[in-house]
Amino acid sequence: MTIAAEKNPPVKLPNEPQITPQVVAEHGLAPDEYERLLKIMGREPTMVELGIFSAMWSEHCSYKSSKVWLKKLPTRAPWVIQGPGENAGVIDIGDGQAAIFKMESHNHPSYIEPYQGAATGVGGILRDVFTMGARPIANINALRFGDPAHPKTRHLVSGVVAGIGGYGNCMGIPTVGGETNFHAAYNGNILVNAMTVGVAASDRIFYAAAAGVGNPLVYVGSRTGRDGIHGATMASTEFNEDSEEKRPTVQVGDPFVEKLLLEACLELMATDAIVAIQDMGAAGLTSSSFEMAAKGGLGVVVELDKVPMRETGMNPYELMLSESQERMLIVLKPGREELARRIFEKWELDFAVIGHLTDTERMVLTWHGDVVANIPIPPLVTEAPVYERPWTLTELPPVLDAGKVPAPGSSMADWNASLIKLMSCPDLASKAWIWRQYDHLIMGNTSIRPQEGDAALVRVPKAPTGTSHKGLAITSDCTPRYVQAHPETGGRQAVAEAWRNITATGALPLAVTDNMNFGNPQKPEIMGQFAGAIMGMAEACTALEFPVVSGNVSLYNETEGRPILPTPTIGAVGVIEDITHAVGSRLTQGGLAIILIGETEGWLGQSLYLRELHGREEGAPPPVDLAVERRNGNFVRRQIWAGRVDACHDLSDGGLLVALTEMCLAGGTGVTIRQPAGTGIPSHAFFYGEDQARYLIASGSGDDILEAARRAGVPAVLLGYSGGASLTVEGLVSLPLAEIRQAHEGWLPAYMDTVE
Amino acid sequence: MKAAVLVFPGSNREGDVAQAIELVTGRRPQMVWHGDGDFEKTDLIVLPGGFSYGDYLRCGAMAAQSPVMAEVKKRAAQGVPVLAICNGFQIAAEAGLVPGVLMRNENLKFVCGDVHLKIETSQSLFTNRYQAGQVIKVPVAHAEGNYFADADTLKRLEDRGQVAFRYCAPDGTVDGPLGQEANPNGSIRNIAGVFNETKTVMGLMPHPENAVEPLFGGCDGKALFEGLVEALS
Repeated sequence: MTIAAEKNPPVKLPNEPQITPQVVAEHGLAPDEYERLLKIMGREPTMVELGIFSAMWSEHCSYKSSKVWLKKLPTRAPWVIQGPGENAGVIDIGDGQAAIFKMESHNHPSYIEPYQGAATGVGGILRDVFTMGARPIANINALRFGDPAHPKTRHLVSGVVAGIGGYGNCMGIPTVGGETNFHAAYNGNILVNAMTVGVAASDRIFYAAAAGVGNPLVYVGSRTGRDGIHGATMASTEFNEDSEEKRPTVQVGDPFVEKLLLEACLELMATDAIVAIQDMGAAGLTSSSFEMAAKGGLGVVVELDKVPMRETGMNPYELMLSESQERMLIVLKPGREELARRIFEKWELDFAVIGHLTDTERMVLTWHGDVVANIPIPPLVTEAPVYERPWTLTELPPVLDAGKVPAPGSSMADWNASLIKLMSCPDLASKAWIWRQYDHLIMGNTSIRPQEGDAALVRVPKAPTGTSHKGLAITSDCTPRYVQAHPETGGRQAVAEAWRNITATGALPLAVTDNMNFGNPQKPEIMGQFAGAIMGMAEACTALEFPVVSGNVSLYNETEGRPILPTPTIGAVGVIEDITHAVGSRLTQGGLAIILIGETEGWLGQSLYLRELHGREEGAPPPVDLAVERRNGNFVRRQIWAGRVDACHDLSDGGLLVALTEMCLAGGTGVTIRQPAGTGIPSHAFFYGEDQARYLIASGSGDDILEAARRAGVPAVLLGYSGGASLTVEGLVSLPLAEIRQAHEGWLPAYMDTVE
Repeated sequence: MKAAVLVFPGSNREGDVAQAIELVTGRRPQMVWHGDGDFEKTDLIVLPGGFSYGDYLRCGAMAAQSPVMAEVKKRAAQGVPVLAICNGFQIAAEAGLVPGVLMRNENLKFVCGDVHLKIETSQSLFTNRYQAGQVIKVPVAHAEGNYFADADTLKRLEDRGQVAFRYCAPDGTVDGPLGQEANPNGSIRNIAGVFNETKTVMGLMPHPENAVEPLFGGCDGKALFEGLVEALS
């Protein structure tokens, strides 16, 4: 390909349709965006070019509604190696190793085709992480489904869980944790947020920026088919009653091929052949080639007829917009083609040199020698639409007086029933039915398993074989009902809870990946939710030194005008130097002091108690005092490091009594506790209130902890002791653990087994 | 003990078993790529877990036809011990190295978690460090571990002591509702692992290699590898 050829006007494809306002609209471009395109191109685009603009300027790829807000998040810390903008975030975990991680949504596809949608969500996030040179060591996922009573929910749960398991299990990456909630606001738009954490040598990290004019551009992995065409555009609009017709836009995953791709890429990465590498995710070949060239300040020529194709008769438009999975684009050093080819052929993967880098800063696509697209790269990036959409903040609802919320009743039977009801409600019931379908033990490094602690804990492997003493704590958190009630508080709380969950294992929280799931940003109140959540998150991330290093935005989660609850899912990673010092939340022996750390006011606004027992979703969510969070969390972590803590659990959904019950069930040991005298708080508010910055600790050296807390000025109070096979709250609750367990573990399997 | 771990496209627990062997022997086993028909002489061949060839045709069916399996069959016939775990068990069954077949789990779902196993015999290379009747806790992780064999085969297996492990309740109960509850996949007679006639090949669905360290699933699987070292060194 010569420079002269690049100047030729592109040829139109046979039977290429006229570009009409309708065609433009079908490509998701607003009329003024199309005007912008015409100005950049200086002529009418070809269909291929229109398709490229459509994908690159989609909400999904361009972040046009969210960009101005995302900039407000703190992204730096001394341990951050790479913040947002690459395939995943990278942090230094010491000893020459880095953790590489990101969370990403696959919401729209998972609703349309739950198995493949969820599976390819996992596949996509895995690729984002191993593209950067990391071997993935853990997956987690955050799922939100509609009302269990909604006719589609059971089918969606079943398909999504099977899809996540099907992909992760075959890849051999343990799925070690996550969260699953249900709420009617997700009836028409479920959320599937998947996170992968990988580990690499900190001096062997691979980036997407292309370099070296003339260097070959190589395509590896699966062949390109017609699946997923316009997936990015689909994910950038609301759903309506015709959405099921969008099934062909959902990609089909092949985890076996991705496993081969992982091994082949890591093998190639161990050589010196790679200049840059980028996976083909949303908008496939378009966005990968574009981003590599743009980041490197270069141009690129792609000979599309050389792309390995799954079927005959594919045209350039389809090739550029297909979202076929398990594909990578690599810029190689000159002369390394044969070395790379041998590796990919060993792994039985396609390998093709499909183009080269140029200094023209243009993307030129050819098809059997004819130029079919010729786009200047910098303006497509710099002139991309960015919207400061109008926004209205959600007012803080009035604080609910706990005294005006009824108690469960006056008798012990009423109290027992209230605890059973909470422990078996969809949000709190055991999710074992889900995580038993995920291989959470492969690699042999899982130290804290699902339901055994606030965060999953995995040992860090050493490359190429062996293990270290270091552990990574991984969690995902968000309380959407808090965010709905007051986005700033909810944003703050989501970050604080993630930080607490890492802390409760003894690990030091290091960094965050955020997955912002919201409704239609063109509505000021939705944009206000987004803005509010970001403000709260930014404040919390700054106060807790917990920078955001990667993330993903999913907007337009609405069906027929009904938006989801605003859900800024926070994925987080922390490190513990010696994994033998870490603790879970299991209460495994009697005679331990049960100590409550943190201040309790009895906050019932937006609590699960209020919703599940009284059917009310109201009031202000619990306030988050970040200085107190930090003080209490650092105290707890120091106690764990000092070896004084046998088990620890943060207090969140359902409050104190739910957290304590979870500790008992996880470890199979009962407790006897009482409400301390003189709290002046109604018992139901004390035990079910959701005040923040609190932890429960079980300890064989309770006096030492209480004394240390007194000296540190941290509120701490002894509630009782572990022992026996029942949960007893003096004068209020007395239940055999077996009875609670039956309710807690029984709900989800029974629900899933119900035949409609 | 010199061990070779075979690696097929889609194997994914080869690292776990290599790690367990290294922990016990102090020596990294040889990793043998499936395309290599020949490999160094070894004291033990391991067929690891995973999804060989994506398990797309029928689990283990494609790998059983791989060039390296011809060599494995030859060596197994000469008496070289073979440890076949999970997908390895499926491959070994497809290759005819052990009796029986592995079908989809009874509930049609992948299952991962700890199970209890009753050791049926200590009279083998693989189980000599255990006591007959002993109960151990190790994890499973599979979608197709539902062991089945016809009545004649089962009778032969039982008569000759070729059943290695059965799923059981924590107290060792194999029969009745407790035994049924402990069976994660619907395997006939709760069979979790079997030997060939000479007890030189063992196939099992559970993962002893994921139970060799106290903080990572406990140590109940370690004795299997220690027993092998003792028998084969």
